[in-house]
Amino acid sequence: MRGEKELWVFAERWHGEIHSVTYELLTKGRELLTCGGRPDKKLGGDRENLVAVVFGKVTPDERKKLGAYGAGRVISLLGSEGGSGTYIGKAHLLVSVLQECRPSILLAGATAIGRTIMPLAAVKLRTGLTADCTELEIDPERGILLQTRPAFGGNVLATIECAQTRPQMATVRPHVFRMKKEKTSQAAQVTEKRYPSRIQQPFRIIEKIVEEEMFDITGAKVIVAGGRGLGRKEGFSILERLAGKLGGVVGASRGAVDLGWIGAAHQVGQTGHTVTPILYVACGISGAVQHLAGMKGSETIIAINEDPEAPVFEVADYGIVGDLYEVIPKIIERME
Amino acid sequence: MVGIDILVCMKQVPDTQKVKIDRERGTLVRKGVPSITNPFDESALELALGMREKAGGTVTALTMGIPDSACILMDALTLGADRGFLVTGSDFAGADTLATSYAISRAINAVGRFDILLFGKQAIDGDTAQVGPEVAGELGIPVITFVVDVREIGEENIVVERAVDGGREVVETGFPVVLTVVKADRRLRIPTMDGIISSFGREVVKLGPEDIGADRERCGLKGSPTRVKKIFSPSSESTVTYLEGSVEEKASGFVDIVKRKGL
Repeated sequence: MRGEKELWVFAERWHGEIHSVTYELLTKGRELLTCGGRPDKKLGGDRENLVAVVFGKVTPDERKKLGAYGAGRVISLLGSEGGSGTYIGKAHLLVSVLQECRPSILLAGATAIGRTIMPLAAVKLRTGLTADCTELEIDPERGILLQTRPAFGGNVLATIECAQTRPQMATVRPHVFRMKKEKTSQAAQVTEKRYPSRIQQPFRIIEKIVEEEMFDITGAKVIVAGGRGLGRKEGFSILERLAGKLGGVVGASRGAVDLGWIGAAHQVGQTGHTVTPILYVACGISGAVQHLAGMKGSETIIAINEDPEAPVFEVADYGIVGDLYEVIPKIIERME
Repeated sequence: MVGIDILVCMKQVPDTQKVKIDRERGTLVRKGVPSITNPFDESALELALGMREKAGGTVTALTMGIPDSACILMDALTLGADRGFLVTGSDFAGADTLATSYAISRAINAVGRFDILLFGKQAIDGDTAQVGPEVAGELGIPVITFVVDVREIGEENIVVERAVDGGREVVETGFPVVLTVVKADRRLRIPTMDGIISSFGREVVKLGPEDIGADRERCGLKGSPTRVKKIFSPSSESTVTYLEGSVEEKASGFVDIVKRKGL
């Protein structure tokens, strides 16, 4: 079977465009295929073995961009609903193509769509799925995907493999891997595949809400987060001013959310959101394990806390020991 | 009023806040760590109890785990759940999400028919968020993931609000349906004396592989396509650089870092 050398990436569309996590996964996929393309040839190192699978028609621009990140081929999935519809129909299409082609590996972004479709597909194919991987490698001896992910609130990392069944499926959160174009690139070749969709859409979407309060903290480049150490609800207004200066948004620890100082949409941590911004400023956050699990992946962390013993300093790149109500206004002043 | 029959699938988990790492061995120290009900499942249970108040019907709680997991079902009974089922036995040990979903699906079929099947979005020990959708796939029942709240509940349909990336969707569907529930701001109610007393007559029913008609080859470690090869503790060497000096100096140090990041 040809599929056994292939690595597929589920190219999710988000607001009409292909989600950036797709390019991050293609970049990682290129790296994996090169390691797997040793003499034993468990995975093929050739371009055509890196495949993006997408719902609906693919535009020429998308072909070019997917190709630039290494996809040799694009499979465009068409159902009777023309690629639209809810994820139930999409999962059905994905299962059909996976049953036909049986690639060795399928990666998807750990987005709302990815985290819904991938388990539905895995159970139909009776194969393994590893959620929220933070590292992916190929075992050089056996050509098997080694999937590393945090568990127990980030207290441990576990490396998981799926040795027998195919595809080996994994999801990865956005911003975990960096995206990088190939030096030379060509547009990906498109194959259209059509499967009959016998699935009745079981539900209908009455309304879509994009509220100001419902902003997507996971996509923010800069997050200024506050915890119980703020001492009062009003403390968030000063964080908002700093976030505004930095082009970022406000985050919070569970402690602050539980006190009702700010909405749950802002919560970072294990029972909130996992974020990976370029800059994370933790203000008055002591650093409970659960909170750290949600922000450790940030590129740079600056912690501001009065308590020099606060655990947050263990994960921070820079620490400021001091009163945030003195330090932050000075920072804002300097930035003006 | 006929009402609706609701199932809540729950899990007993170690309180991850209190889990410690044996730094020498890179393993978890589970000893002395209290077990709790997965917080996401508490949110699902509260949602279920609230729906029953509005629409009438029954609430059934189900879990899979060691015999001690019966505790979380007892707690659910004191809060007003009508029935509690514990899927337990050595055949189920070491299950990954696929084998777990298989066993839970079999158990659900054995226990009865439900209009709404609720799962916490994820459990705080494994954090996979996969078992809810996988059970739905196994049972062939539609699933709505990341449900924040129920807006309307009727005899034949339900309107829910779900979180999606960057917003929310309001979705209407009929029964049966699987919902995976986020925590939101919902707090589980506190048991009342009446609740505790009236739960005395209700017992947790234990179910083994035969009771649920499960194929042993598809349960536990045997039925799991994935294996954990290695567990290790994340490198935790602190590399923090403190910004020293006066408040002015600290503030200017901060601004320098921001500039270097090109922000």
